[in-house]
Amino acid sequence: MKDTPLSNCERDFLLKAIEEKKRLDGRQTYDYRKMKITFGTDYGCCFVDLGKTRVMAQVSGELVAPKENRPNEGIMFFNIELSPMASPAFEQGRQSELSVKLNRQLERCLRNSKCIDTESLCVVSGEKVWQIRVDVHMLNHDGNLMDAASIAAITALCHFKRPDVGIQGDEVTVYSPEERDPIPLSIYHMPISVSFSFFQQGTYLLVDPCEREERVMDGLLMIAMNKHREICSIQSSGGIMLLKEQVMRCSKIASVKVSEITELISKALENDKRARKAGGRCGFAESMPQERITALKTDETSVEMTDASERANDIVENAEVPPQTVPSPVVPAPGVGQVGQGLQNTWGLEEEEDGDEEEEEQQMEEEQDEKEDSREGDVVEISDSEEEEVVILHPETQDKSSKNAASSSNQKGAETSKQRQKK
Amino acid sequence: MMEVCGSTNVSLREFGCEQTLLSRPDGSASFVQGDTSVMAAVYGPAEVKVSKEIYDRATLEVLIQPKVGLPSVRERSQEQCVRETCEASLLLTLHPRSSLTLVLQLIHDDGSRLACFLNAACMALMDAGLPMSCLFCGVTCAINTDSEIITDPTAAQEKESRALMTFAIDSKEQRVMMSYTKGSFSVHELQQCIAVSQKASENIFQFYRDSVSRRYSKNL
Repeated sequence: MKDTPLSNCERDFLLKAIEEKKRLDGRQTYDYRKMKITFGTDYGCCFVDLGKTRVMAQVSGELVAPKENRPNEGIMFFNIELSPMASPAFEQGRQSELSVKLNRQLERCLRNSKCIDTESLCVVSGEKVWQIRVDVHMLNHDGNLMDAASIAAITALCHFKRPDVGIQGDEVTVYSPEERDPIPLSIYHMPISVSFSFFQQGTYLLVDPCEREERVMDGLLMIAMNKHREICSIQSSGGIMLLKEQVMRCSKIASVKVSEITELISKALENDKRARKAGGRCGFAESMPQERITALKTDETSVEMTDASERANDIVENAEVPPQTVPSPVVPAPGVGQVGQGLQNTWGLEEEEDGDEEEEEQQMEEEQDEKEDSREGDVVEISDSEEEEVVILHPETQDKSSKNAASSSNQKGAETSKQRQKK
Repeated sequence: MMEVCGSTNVSLREFGCEQTLLSRPDGSASFVQGDTSVMAAVYGPAEVKVSKEIYDRATLEVLIQPKVGLPSVRERSQEQCVRETCEASLLLTLHPRSSLTLVLQLIHDDGSRLACFLNAACMALMDAGLPMSCLFCGVTCAINTDSEIITDPTAAQEKESRALMTFAIDSKEQRVMMSYTKGSFSVHELQQCIAVSQKASENIFQFYRDSVSRRYSKNL
């Protein structure tokens, strides 16, 4: 499905508003939208709401063989999924330009900045290491997917705990969370991406562009930075020429934003840890807003099943008895058994009796034919007419009878060929 | 094989729903059953690809997104179950030559996921305001090794069960629209599970009704 195109009126209006230093949602130039971080029920699941943009990240780990050139380092794998849920323009299973760009930027932001200690993920050097997989699902696209994705990914990584592993000799045991407490990843620093959009060839700058602003922007600058003011990656796209001062200004703004966001993340993590320790229920279900009229929740309800048994009995008793007769297989050629297809058509017969009569008639005819045959030929046939009358009662006898039938038909075949030769 | 005894304690876990929680889709809902939660989004009726166009009705596409990795065979088979249920209840002929897309995102799996997919799908379709001939809901029943029926089982209960059945039930006459079964069971057990699911569906439909009347109420 195609995205709705932006009309010229809308475009002009947006650009005019930006010129007048106004934003559609009433924010100031350097303001972020309202940010909310929630966690899922299991470890390593994190939701980030950035205004109306919504992103889910899930971290999972599995034991794999390491890469040959790095035998004692764990593997990090990032995957941003542009689910069609987020926007009608996203298609499933197709690598769009945007998804490649986002994946690349996330990898540079989190893997190449070496924020995670990959050596601690090694179990047996050269044989077994942990592969940490980060899946980021876009749920709603309202601009600035990159920032939301990077926040969700790093928060989920901080939240994730991998199962403990014990090594005795050559044996590697993975302990379940009940046996031994799972271990969090060791994270050195938290790189966070901050996006800047430029308008009118770099004259105007906005932080955290929404979807409408992203559509009319000329260029985008993404700076990934940690709270120690170290730049982890920087990327400019859209083919815009930026001045040195502008980049410097952006990096200063980024450092402020990053420290704010890092604080929010650590607060959210701490809150969740406390909630989990208290043993209360946590996760997505608990984060559902109760004060909204669009949300409703019920308590556990019991289902009455006093009459279920009787109803089931009634239905079973009143139901038509399934046909118990099994059609007998016919052997058209040696080694082949056939039921149903290609045989005599029984459609359009209204009563069973008719069918029986017909069958009997047929049998009679066949027998007559055979008699004629035997009169013509000198060869005596052995138990040929049994073929149609075989009734199978036990599966064990089935093989025998079919063999008999096969052999008899074999014989018959041989006989008929002999007959032909004689003729 | 032991027959199911009728005096077991059957209940549905606490469930909740939020509608219109995403801004981009035409209809969206999240449905929670115990710890199992699913998010659903509907786009449409909209333009359809020429290759998928059907001249007398709308094309319904259902996509299920797992939490980790790409959709596999299991997701495909569940997509089909959900699609056929939706096709049966939606009045697709009212929107010929257009497309409807239903995206279901698994958020947490703790058993009865197909039932949760169905409930989330129905809520999202309602939110999108698509014309339907009836509503539907999903109920999962498990028969454990002691031959007791458990409705809305958790993942642990599913693992220990000897048979697992999911039914989609319509709101008009409480008939079975779709069934998906795993494991072995007798005809009598199947009928009993259907009867229990029909009873359970009353609770879910009542919840649908409550949530809609809450949406259109003036005060909380």
